[in-house]
Order: sequence, then C-alpha cells, then structure tokens
Amino acid sequence: MYEALKKEALKRKRAFEEDPRPIIQIGMATCGIAAGALETRAAFQQVLAERQIPARIRTVGCMGHCYAEPVVIIDHGASGFPPILYPEVNSGKAAMLAKLFLENGDPRLEHILGATKENDMIPSVMEFPRFNREKRLVMEKCGHIDPEDIYDYIAGGGYAAFAKTLERPGDTLIDEIQQSGLRGRGGAGFPTGLKWELARQSQGKEKIVICNADEGDPGAYMDRMLLESNPHQVLEGMLICAHAVGAGRGIVYVRAEYPLAVKTLEKALHQAKEARLLGNGILGTSFDFHIDIFEGSGAFVCGEETALIHSIEGYRGMPRQRPPYPTESGLFGKPTVINNVKTLATVPAILEHGAQWFRGIGTKNSPGTAIFSIVGDVTHPGLVEIPMGVTLRTLIFDICGGIPNKKGFKAVQIGGPSGGCLSEAFLDTPIDFDTLAEAGAMMGSGGMVVMNEDTCMVDVARYFLDFTQKESCGKCTFCRIGTHHLLAALEQLTEGKGESVDVNFLQRLSEDIRAGSLCGLGKTAPNPVLTSLKYFANDYQAHMKEKRCPAMACRPLVAFYIDLEKCARGCDVCEGCCPVDAVFTTPNRKKGIDQSLCVKCGECMTACPPEYKAVMKVSPPHLAPVIERPPQAARKGK
Amino acid sequence: MDLELSPEERQKLQELKSELQSFKRERGQLIPILQWIQERLSFLPSQALESVAEYLQIAYAEVFGVATFYNQFRFHPPGRNPIRVCLGTACHVKGADIILENFERKLGIREGETTPDREFSIERVACVGCCALAPVTLMGETVHGYMAPSKVEGLITRVAIEKEVRERERKKGAHV
Repeated sequence: MYEALKKEALKRKRAFEEDPRPIIQIGMATCGIAAGALETRAAFQQVLAERQIPARIRTVGCMGHCYAEPVVIIDHGASGFPPILYPEVNSGKAAMLAKLFLENGDPRLEHILGATKENDMIPSVMEFPRFNREKRLVMEKCGHIDPEDIYDYIAGGGYAAFAKTLERPGDTLIDEIQQSGLRGRGGAGFPTGLKWELARQSQGKEKIVICNADEGDPGAYMDRMLLESNPHQVLEGMLICAHAVGAGRGIVYVRAEYPLAVKTLEKALHQAKEARLLGNGILGTSFDFHIDIFEGSGAFVCGEETALIHSIEGYRGMPRQRPPYPTESGLFGKPTVINNVKTLATVPAILEHGAQWFRGIGTKNSPGTAIFSIVGDVTHPGLVEIPMGVTLRTLIFDICGGIPNKKGFKAVQIGGPSGGCLSEAFLDTPIDFDTLAEAGAMMGSGGMVVMNEDTCMVDVARYFLDFTQKESCGKCTFCRIGTHHLLAALEQLTEGKGESVDVNFLQRLSEDIRAGSLCGLGKTAPNPVLTSLKYFANDYQAHMKEKRCPAMACRPLVAFYIDLEKCARGCDVCEGCCPVDAVFTTPNRKKGIDQSLCVKCGECMTACPPEYKAVMKVSPPHLAPVIERPPQAARKGK
Repeated sequence: MDLELSPEERQKLQELKSELQSFKRERGQLIPILQWIQERLSFLPSQALESVAEYLQIAYAEVFGVATFYNQFRFHPPGRNPIRVCLGTACHVKGADIILENFERKLGIREGETTPDREFSIERVACVGCCALAPVTLMGETVHGYMAPSKVEGLITRVAIEKEVRERERKKGAHV
C-alpha cells in the first residue's frame, strides 16, 4: 500500500517539476509571516496577475534563517540561472523581482544571498558557514517542502521508514533505538530506547504516546518550527513509537499560543487519515493508531511530564512524585510514553539509516544533532542544527557570524530559565548533554541567548528568576517561597538597595531551592543565579558595594546627561524624541536632562546625531553633572 | 470579577449554556471548554465559569482554580486593539521593559488592564517566537518588530487616526 502512495507522490512531483513555469517559493512559517511574508506573497500575486507573468507561487515552511526573513527562492529555469535564494524580500523587492527577473530574466545580483544548487554562474549558499557548517538531520526538509501537502513529504522518502518498520516486530525497533543511543531532546537527555522499553514491558492495556510540544522556554521555537514546516515527520515518529511500544492512541500536546502550528497539524492529521497512515488498519495491516491534538493553555511547568498529564486530565498542571513513572501509570492511569517533538522527529532518520549511522554523528555519549535557536546579540540569529560536540565558539562566531556592532562577547545563556549563563572561558567547550551539565547550564530545550558586553548578568539572573517565580506551580514550598525571596534579593541589587544582600545568602538559598523541589522547574530555577554568581562575580560585587552597574543596564543605577561641550546649538532631536519631556533647552540653546523626570529609556542617546554624540550614560547615577532647568523652559505637558 | 456585560455578551452567555451540550460531560473536557468559551467571548466572565461548573458537576472553585492556573485565560475583556508586549529573553535583553513602560504611561493603564473606552489593553507575553526581531510587540495579530519608545506613540496615534478617518467616512456616507 505504501508503494501506491509513493508512486502517486512521485507522479505529482514529476508533474510539478516538468511544468516549465518558474517557481516562486516563499517561507511562510510564523517568523516569516511576522517579517512580512504575507505582504510579499500579495505583491507577487498582484504583479503576476497585472503583467500576466506565468509563474507559480509555492508556500513552504521555515528554513531557520530568521535574520533573512522573508526568504524567497526563485527557480526560473528558462532564464538559464539556477534557483536563487533572496533574503529580506519585502513587497517592493517582490514586485521588482517579478518584473525584472521573471519577465526580463535579470536576477538582480545585488539582492541575492546565493544559489541553492552548485553551478558555474552564481556562488552557492553552501559556501557560507551558516549553511555548510550545519548538519541537518531533523530539519533537513524544513523550508523545502510544502507542510500542507503529504505527498511532498512522501516524495522525499517520507513515511518509508515507518512502512519498513511495520514489517518488523516492535522489540527489534526498540533495540535499534537503544543501540543508536538517542537521548530525549526535551532537555534532560533520558535515553529514548529505555523509555520505550519500559512502556513496552508495562502490563497496562491501551498504551498512549504523547508528543510534547509545550515549548514554554522564552527564546526557543524549534518545536513550533518543526510542526509548522514538516508536521508529517513528527507524526511518522509517533507512528513508529506507537508500533514499537504497542500503543493505540496518540496525543500531540501543543501550545495554544502556536495557532499556525495547530492549524498545520490538523491538516496533516486529516491528510494522513485519508492516506490510511492513521486510523484503523494502517496501510492495510492490523495496526490501529489515532492521534488527537490537545491545546496546552500556557504554563511553563506543563513541559514536565506528570504536570502535562494532569493538564490533559483537566486539572491544574502540577507535577507529582515519581515513581510510578508515566510509562507505568500515566494519562488516566495508562502506560504513557512522552517524547519531545525533536526526539520523535529524529526517529524516522535513525530507522532509515540504521543505528550505526546515527552513532557516527555527534559525540560518544550524545550521538546525533542538536537544534539551537540562537538569538540575542548575534549577526545571523535563527535555528541551527549542528552535530553534538561542536564548540560554542564555532557555533556563535563561525556559524552565526559573531557579535554585531563591534561589541565584545560577554555571556551565552543556554537552556532557557533552567539553564545557566556561561562566560567566555567556555567558548571552546564542545556542546553535548554532559559537558553543559558539568558547566552548570543544561541543554534544555536548546534556547541560546548570546549577550554582548552591554548586558548585566545580575539583571539577567533577575529576569529568569522573575519568570520561574511566576511560573512556579506552588506545590513545593522551596520553589514557591524560596524563589520569591531570591527574586527579592536580586531586585534589591538591581535597584541599588543591595547593601544587605550577601553572596553567601544567594548561594545557600539557591542550593536549598534545588534540594527542596520536586520537579525540574524548581530543581533548575536557581541555575541562572548560581552560574552568574560563579562566572560573573564582579558584576555582583559592583552592584552590592558600589551601587554601580558595570554594563549600565540596570536602569535605577544609571543616569543620562548631555555633555554641553559636544551638544550642538539649536538641534532639537533629543527634545523631540523624549517620551516624558525630560529634555529641556538651556539659555544658551543647548540641552539638559531633568533627572527627576527621566525614565532612562535611552531614546535621546539613540537619536543624538553621530557627529555630536553628546548624550552620556554613567553609573552610578550621582556622577551625572547637574544642569538646572531654567524656569522659562517649563514643561509643556503632553 | 463581576463586570458590566454588554447585551451582546449576555446573549452569548445564554446561548452558551445550551451549546455546552456538545462537549462530553467529563473532567478531561474542562480545558477545551474554557478555551472554547474564551474564543467566543474573548474572556471568561464569572457567570460562564459557573455554567461550566454546573455542567461538569464540579465545584466552582475547581473551575476557577484551573482557569487561573493557566496563562491563556483572561478574566477581563481585552480592548479592541489588544497590545501584547513580548518579554522573552531576547526582547528583555533589548529593553522590552522600557517598551512596556511606555505603553503603560501613554495609555494610563497597567499591564493586564483595559482602557475605560475598551480601545486598548496591555498584556505581557513570555515569548512570541520571533526573537530575531526583538524587541517585539503584537497589536491585534500584527507583529511589530524592532520596537522603540518613539514607535509606541506612533502605533497609538495611528489607531486614533484610523478611527477618526473611519468616523469621517461614515459621516460622509450618511450625508450622501
């Protein structure tokens, strides 16, 4: 039966490729749409219709190159050029490309990023480190196939691994996964094969497979991207898992905040059912499997498996004591396997190429690849998939282009609120589950925020604690009240009231929270504090003793003033942009800042023309010279 | 919690009671039901929670407890232009709190509140997943990237101007 599907898929693909009309491929995942892909598509459609240019628009998912969104690939074979990738195509550029390239055959070389195929005319994108240093195993097809068309996935070899596994007994599949050494991509790195084995051996009837797509970490969005760009790969992983452990029901737990992911997934489920890849008697065998979607309502703690189960059952998402593990007694008391989206999306590739092939990628204890969403102060932010064991330096400086604006590197925060902040000393550490844990961070969901020298680590620790404190479910006292006190101490520091805060107190309280909490949230909540205390002790000292923020990021500890030597007479830029009318004009037509009104937003500093650069920032605030506001420059009052 | 409900909202609340029948009467349906109500009413008035408790035969406190646990559920009606300021890590590092403060100051309300004319409401969200565009603000469904304090005023003024233009068009239409 699979052969028939494949034949149909290839037939459709051939028909698509043999059509001589050029193809305009637009990335339309959430990030692309946020960057304006809808307007881009509308502009293409309008110009194509107006000028009657015969071209086809194809919407695909996201390639992970967030810095270049909206990304468009134009394949205009008749012009003699290879398929070309254009970055940042807004509606104006779209109209121009449609007219000049599609109509007149001029590819406007000044706008291209590169060709997507090797050729003799245009440099290929594969020459850039952002492309060639990656190893795409999970994200391989993302951004190249239409997520809303199951045949597109099948034509590229999709569901082949599953069709093959249907002929094999479940335990041999589990052996294969165990041999591959695959570890759960949700953060903790638990061996996937072992989890499946436990579920298979469990006595309970009606086993359940849950795909955990409750991606709550601020700064991580690879699960969303996978579901939006290639949902069938995740479904295939779920099918293989269900066959291996003997489950009949599956649930995808996806955040309700990801409407596009939910929509794409619904469509994918519908198509899979029609193709008889889901439902009763899958592919003509006796295997039955049904998948439902459960929309999570947004609680960070629901990423923890027992909390997730409570949430589906209709209760507050609070974790419970383990054992019994969910593989023994999970959702509604039935044996349940809960795997992360990325784990499930890796499974088809392992079964297709074999455990040995998978072991050949990455490191000994963490085989395979890791997906990071690298954001913050890097030149080329986005999603990057690399083999485990690549160093942070390669990742940040070679692949992602380093820190923009000639700033220095200060820290990288890995693993979201549960992770830690690592300093420059760790740049040459190879990344895998174990090395990161040793350094005090963790793989977590793979969120990675790069920070430049203008970032205050005390403030970053405060920010993460503020998040975990709000998201603590309240079950364990140490997590509920401990984080509250820890946050209060950090707030005092960032507000310049930290004389009484003591490093030992922070350290001790952090360790107590870790020891006294049941689930991963509490156990890891103090990580940002502990790591920043360890690697950025100077930041803490300056806040405590001098009430100074070395990075000048904590607003209560800085002040802005205008250097009268540099200020130009009669330029009103700063006065015009100030949101609170704190900037006034002195009698000699220069500017001053009223410190009592200033909210320290820094707009005047950005606005001051570079030839003057008259706005200064100092910490501690009392260093700012006082310029009296003359009575005639009274506040206008907005 | 008790708010002045518009007649339209009261009407919907009434319909809700009978439409609840389409859900199975089991505890596992609680969150899907709450999500469905919020989709229809855009928030969860206490009367709606009462009907849910009655329908599922569980205590009102249970329903309230679950609804307040999750970030998705709102208990105040959002404004016609709901503003959601992203306070994810990347946005925080790039000064999202300044953006939030600016909105609060300009509109004279705090986060989680709605202006008296129900035109604007401010909410904070943990991460919209567009970290490369940080700092990010959502107004309605539109994502505004690379926010700055001066853009805040622009966004609010734009809504006011658009409203004025609509008013004028309407008046013109009435004349003709």
